[in-house]
Amino acid sequence: MEINKDLIAASSTPIVLATLAKRESYGYAILKHVQKASEQKMEWTDGMLYPVLHRLERLGFIEGKWKASTSGRKRKYYRITSRGKSQLAEELKQWQAVDATIRGMYPTLRQSLISPSII
Amino acid sequence: MQKNQTDQLEKQISQWRNFLTNRQVIHSNDVAELEDHLREQIAGLVKAGLAADEAFLVAVKRIGNLDELSKEFAREHSDRLWKQLVLTSQDTSQPENRNHKETIIAFGLAILAGLLIKLPALFGLDIDHDASFYMRNVSFFVLPVLAGYFIWKRDVSHKTAIGAAAGLIAGAIFANVYPFISGGSTESLTSLHIPIALWIIVGMTYAGKRWGDMAGRMDFIRYTGELFIYYVLIALGGGVLTAFIFAIFNSIGFDLDPIVASWIIPCGAAGAVIIGSWLVEAKQSVIENMAPVLTQLFTPLFTIVLVVFLATIVLSGHGIDINRDILIAFDLLLVAVLGLLVYSMSARAPQARPGAFDVLQVILLASALLADAVALWAIISRISEFGLSPNRMAAFGVNIILLVNLAWSAVLYVRFLRGRTVFLQLERWQTNYLVVYAVWAATVVILFPPLFGYK
Repeated sequence: MEINKDLIAASSTPIVLATLAKRESYGYAILKHVQKASEQKMEWTDGMLYPVLHRLERLGFIEGKWKASTSGRKRKYYRITSRGKSQLAEELKQWQAVDATIRGMYPTLRQSLISPSII
Repeated sequence: MQKNQTDQLEKQISQWRNFLTNRQVIHSNDVAELEDHLREQIAGLVKAGLAADEAFLVAVKRIGNLDELSKEFAREHSDRLWKQLVLTSQDTSQPENRNHKETIIAFGLAILAGLLIKLPALFGLDIDHDASFYMRNVSFFVLPVLAGYFIWKRDVSHKTAIGAAAGLIAGAIFANVYPFISGGSTESLTSLHIPIALWIIVGMTYAGKRWGDMAGRMDFIRYTGELFIYYVLIALGGGVLTAFIFAIFNSIGFDLDPIVASWIIPCGAAGAVIIGSWLVEAKQSVIENMAPVLTQLFTPLFTIVLVVFLATIVLSGHGIDINRDILIAFDLLLVAVLGLLVYSMSARAPQARPGAFDVLQVILLASALLADAVALWAIISRISEFGLSPNRMAAFGVNIILLVNLAWSAVLYVRFLRGRTVFLQLERWQTNYLVVYAVWAATVVILFPPLFGYK
């Protein structure tokens, strides 16, 4: 199963914020974390993560800081701000509402989707 | 990895880095960030058993198509786009043709504006004798052409184009229907405020669909500043040119005074607005914007002057000597401070942390507010003595409008310095406030003449 592009774009903000809510991180590690958490279902084009991070930084939801990595290269680490945390709470509420709506329709949906073709 | 493999990989990575660096919208810091990502990805893949060159290819592919990536970066960092215009592939298909066509159109429109300004002369209205007519109407010879240029260039919607035309016509009506008493102050106030009220219409055509966004309006602010600078430069050059015309033709016994006064200066001044706008559009990619550079230079100087001024008031105990023009002087001070604020903002990376320059801006804002408050206090206490003439009322209104803007900007700025808000809020405040200037200018044009009996 592949998740469609619009859904990936729409979910990028809460997913990145949720990843950073646990601990500060950098681009590559965020991507790996998301792949693992989604069991490889969320396939982001790697480069596209960075404009998302920069947008969240501009909006003040996360803060970036250049540090030396273990390999000696400089690496930009991001951490969530308090604004970011309240944004995350807000986004989660919205996703739950969407999720609940779809779930509420699920029993009837399952009948109409499954009955004609499969059974 | 073996040594020659590593060397090969380094070579490939540096090639890739060069590719990326050539995309001007992706800055060196972003390249470093993406390169770190690429290297991590390669290391992971090599660990999983891929050869270095295979790992490189896979990692590059995962980073994604560079055209799409630059477009995505450009969307997020539109300020960079403005500084180093890299209108992406869709526009680069026939850049030569388009540039060529645009040059011809811009010069054609400049000539049109130059001729339009001579149109009233056909009906016997002469610049010397009917100066007040020209003062009130000069906007209507230039701004429609300028708006037309942007309507063509931005391919704006019909709705915006019709709205712009309606606004310009409404302006022309208010400039000409009132029975102004000749030489009165309401007439000169109208002349002064009409271009300000109508400038926002140029903004709507300039920004097109992006007028609703903050970024679109910010670009309009940038454009306004750059146009002003180009205009001043063109005017200086024009001055030199006319001086030469006088001198050399005088030497062979021709007096060109009448031609210069009635043709070269007015037509040149009108055409220069279009040429200046075209230059701003065309040269965005060539030079760093000038307005922000000038702000960086003058913000410290203005701050020092204002702080010394306030200190002198306190130490010497001298109050502000109230006279009739004091309000205008302080209005101009606030305009200058606002310009410094807005143009340093327009060049600032919005996600940058508060720095020393931001602190300087706050000191500038605070000292300007304090100085203006002192002046305003002194004026209000003696307003009955002077009476409320239209000029004083207009100057007073402008002062209040600017004071409110700067005071709230100072509050937002301090909150930003303390980490309570993001810089975006300041930009949003400024871009939303553009409407206030236009509304005030329109109020002066529409209400002041009847209110003060057209005097």
